[in-house]
Amino acid sequence: MNTEKNFRGQRHPDFPVAAKELLQDVQLRQNVRHATDVITAKRAHVVDEMQDWQTLRDAGSAVRQNALDHLDRYLTQFEEACIRAGGQVHWAIDAAEANRIAIELVQAHAAKEVIKIKSMTTEEIGLNDALAQVGIHAHETDLAELIIQLGKDKPSHIVAPALHKNRQQVRAIFQREMELPELGDRPEDLTEAARVFLREKFLRIPVAISGANFLVAETGGVCIVESEGNGRMCLTLPRVLIAIAGIEKVIPKFRDLEVFLQTLPRSATGERMNPYNSLWTGVYPGDGPQEFHVILLDNGRSEILGDAEARQTLKCIRCGACQNACPVYRQTGGHAYGSVYAGPIGAILTPQLDRFRQSASLPYASSLCGACYEVCPVKINIPEVLIHLRGQIVREEQETFAGKIGPWNVGMQIAASLFASGDRLALAQYLGRIGQKPFVASSGFIEHLPFQLGGWTQTRDLAPLPAQSFRQWWAQREKTAENSTHTKAGGQS
Amino acid sequence: MEPARQAILERIRSAHALRSATGRHDSGASYDAISRAYQRAGSLQNTERVELFEHRLKEYDAGVHSASTEKIADAVKEILANRGRRNMVAPSGLPAAWLPEGFTFTLGDGITANDLDHFDGVLTGCTLAIALTGSIVLQSGAGQGPRRLSLIPDYHLCVVLAEQIVETVSEAFDRLGPTATLPTTFISGPSATADIEMTRIKGVHGPRFLDVLIVQDKNRIG
Ligand code: SF4
Repeated sequence: MNTEKNFRGQRHPDFPVAAKELLQDVQLRQNVRHATDVITAKRAHVVDEMQDWQTLRDAGSAVRQNALDHLDRYLTQFEEACIRAGGQVHWAIDAAEANRIAIELVQAHAAKEVIKIKSMTTEEIGLNDALAQVGIHAHETDLAELIIQLGKDKPSHIVAPALHKNRQQVRAIFQREMELPELGDRPEDLTEAARVFLREKFLRIPVAISGANFLVAETGGVCIVESEGNGRMCLTLPRVLIAIAGIEKVIPKFRDLEVFLQTLPRSATGERMNPYNSLWTGVYPGDGPQEFHVILLDNGRSEILGDAEARQTLKCIRCGACQNACPVYRQTGGHAYGSVYAGPIGAILTPQLDRFRQSASLPYASSLCGACYEVCPVKINIPEVLIHLRGQIVREEQETFAGKIGPWNVGMQIAASLFASGDRLALAQYLGRIGQKPFVASSGFIEHLPFQLGGWTQTRDLAPLPAQSFRQWWAQREKTAENSTHTKAGGQS
Repeated sequence: MEPARQAILERIRSAHALRSATGRHDSGASYDAISRAYQRAGSLQNTERVELFEHRLKEYDAGVHSASTEKIADAVKEILANRGRRNMVAPSGLPAAWLPEGFTFTLGDGITANDLDHFDGVLTGCTLAIALTGSIVLQSGAGQGPRRLSLIPDYHLCVVLAEQIVETVSEAFDRLGPTATLPTTFISGPSATADIEMTRIKGVHGPRFLDVLIVQDKNRIG
C-alpha cells in the first residue's frame, strides 16, 4: 500500500482506506497495542508521583502560549544570541527552501554522507529524499530510525517510530542489511549490532543534521532530548552541525527548560528523565562542531498562528502522549494517518500544515473522547481544535460548486429545512418509517444503509426510527394524562 | 536568505494583527505573570536528598558508591578494580587526590574521538546532580572535559560531592543560570533504548556502564 508523506505532494490514501487495510495486519496491531500499553503504564506511574503535575502543565502551557504570542520577538532574540555565540541562522519559508539550504551547506563541505538524529521536522520536509536526489546519503542513527531506514519503512510514532516492528522482524532486517547471518534476536544482540554498525560512521562522517526540541531565545541555546547517545555523537563529533527547527520551537528563557525537562520525558517515554539531554549555544572552542547552523522553518506555521482557535496546535512539544492515549491510534497505528505526524496531534497539525490539500479526512480520525487533552503536557485542547477544523473543512467544501451540489451539503440543507418546521419534520419521520422497512434486519437494527449512506453502517448498526416519534409520544402522553391521573410516564414503544 | 527572514517575520506579525483585528485576541499571560505554582524548591533534609538520588540512580541501573572526602582515591581504586578497568582517560582540572595508584589516567582534553575509542573508561566530576530525577549534569570545563570525553569510552565513573546534589529540576536551573551557555549534558543512567518492543536495553552509543561515587562526610552537617 502507499502511504507516502503528503508534504511532498505525493498521493496517499484517505485515513478510512488506509486504516481498513492496516486493521487487517494483525502483527502490526499487536505490536502497536503492546508498545502503547507499556508506555501508557510507565507514564501513569511517573506522572502520578508528581504532586505538582497539573501546575507543571499549567506553566508549560502558559510558557508555550507566551512564546507564540511574541514569536517574532523571541525568534529575532534567538537569532541574535545564536550569532553572537558563533552560530549561523537561516530562515526557510517552506520545505523546499529548507532542503535547498541544507543541501548547499552539506555540499560546501563536499560531503557525500551525513549522520542524522531523529527529527519529525526533517521527516516533514522530506530531507532524506532531497539529499538523496543530489547524491548525499543520510544515515539515520536512532535505533528505531535505523530499523525504519534499513527496512525501507516509515515511522509510525513520534517517540518510538519503530514500535510496529517486533524483534524477529528487526533481526531479519539487520541480518539482511548489515550482512550478519548469525545475528541473534535478543534486544541486546540487536542493539550491539547497531552500536558497531554506527560507531564507524560517527567517527568518520564530518556533517550532522539534527532537529531541535527547544530553542532558547534568551541565550541562543539549543536543547535536544534523547536516549541512546546517538544524539550526543552527532552533536559533538562532526565538524559541522546543521539543526533544522520549526519556528514554533522557541521558548523565552533558559529557566523555562525546568518545566519542559520535567514534563517531556515523563510524558514521552514514562521516564523521570531520559538518559541524555544536550544543551549548547553556538560554537564552543575545543568542544563540539566548530561550524553550527540553525535553519528556522516556517512551512505553514505562521498561517496557523493567525487562527485563534487552532493556534494552540503550535504549543506542541512532540511528546507523543496523545498518540498512546488515543483509542483510534491504538487500533490503527501511525501509518493509517498517511502523514508524518500521526495520532491526535497529527490529526490537527497535518491538515493545517498542508491546508487540507491531502489530509482533509484526518480531523475525522478521532472519537473526540478527550483522552489526548487530558494527557497533553502543554494542555492543547485537541478535541476543540478537531471540531474547529471539521467546521473549516465543511465550510470550504460548501464554497465549491461540487460541494454545493454534493450529497453531504444537500442533505444538510434538507435537514436544516426539516428541523426548522415541526410539520415538515413530522412528515419526514412518517415517510422515513415507511421507507426504512426494507432495511431493518431481523436483529431489529439497520445493518446496511443504501447508497452514500452506507458509510455510516459499515462499522455500526443503526437503530431504526421508532414506531412512534417523541413528538407523537408526548402528544399522546398528554392525552392519556388527561384521561388517567395515574399513568406512569413509561418509555416509548 | 534575507527575503525569507523578512517574509516569515511579516507573516507572524500579520497573524498577530489578524487575531487582534477579529477580536479573537487570545493572548496569554505576560511572561512575568506566568504562574509557576509547581514545586520549585526542595523540601528534603540532606541525608534524605542523597538517599533519593541513590535510589533513582539504582532504578536506572547505574552503580552507586559512597566515600568520605579523604577516601575518594581508595573508593575509585576499588570501583575500577571491580570493573576491571585500568587504562582510563580523565579531563584536566580533576583533583590529583582522586586518582589512585596502579592505574593509568591519561589527560583527555586534546585526545581525538578516534583515540578515545581505545580507552577502558573515563573518570570525571560534575557541575551538579538532581536527586528527583537521578541525573548528573556535566558542563564543558575543569574536571569535566569536553563532551566527547564522557561519551566515547564505554565506561563512565562520575564523582559527585554531596553538596552538588540538589533536589528539584528547578533548583538545578537556578544553579546553572550563570553558566547557561556552556555545552551542557544531563546524564540519567547509562545510555539506553526502548526501541525494540519497548524493553529498556542498556547501552547503545553512550557508555554502557555508569558508576556514581557520592562523596559525603557523615560527621559534617552540610
Ligand atoms: S499534542 Fe500534547 S500530548 Fe500530543 S504530542 Fe503534542 S504535546 Fe504531546
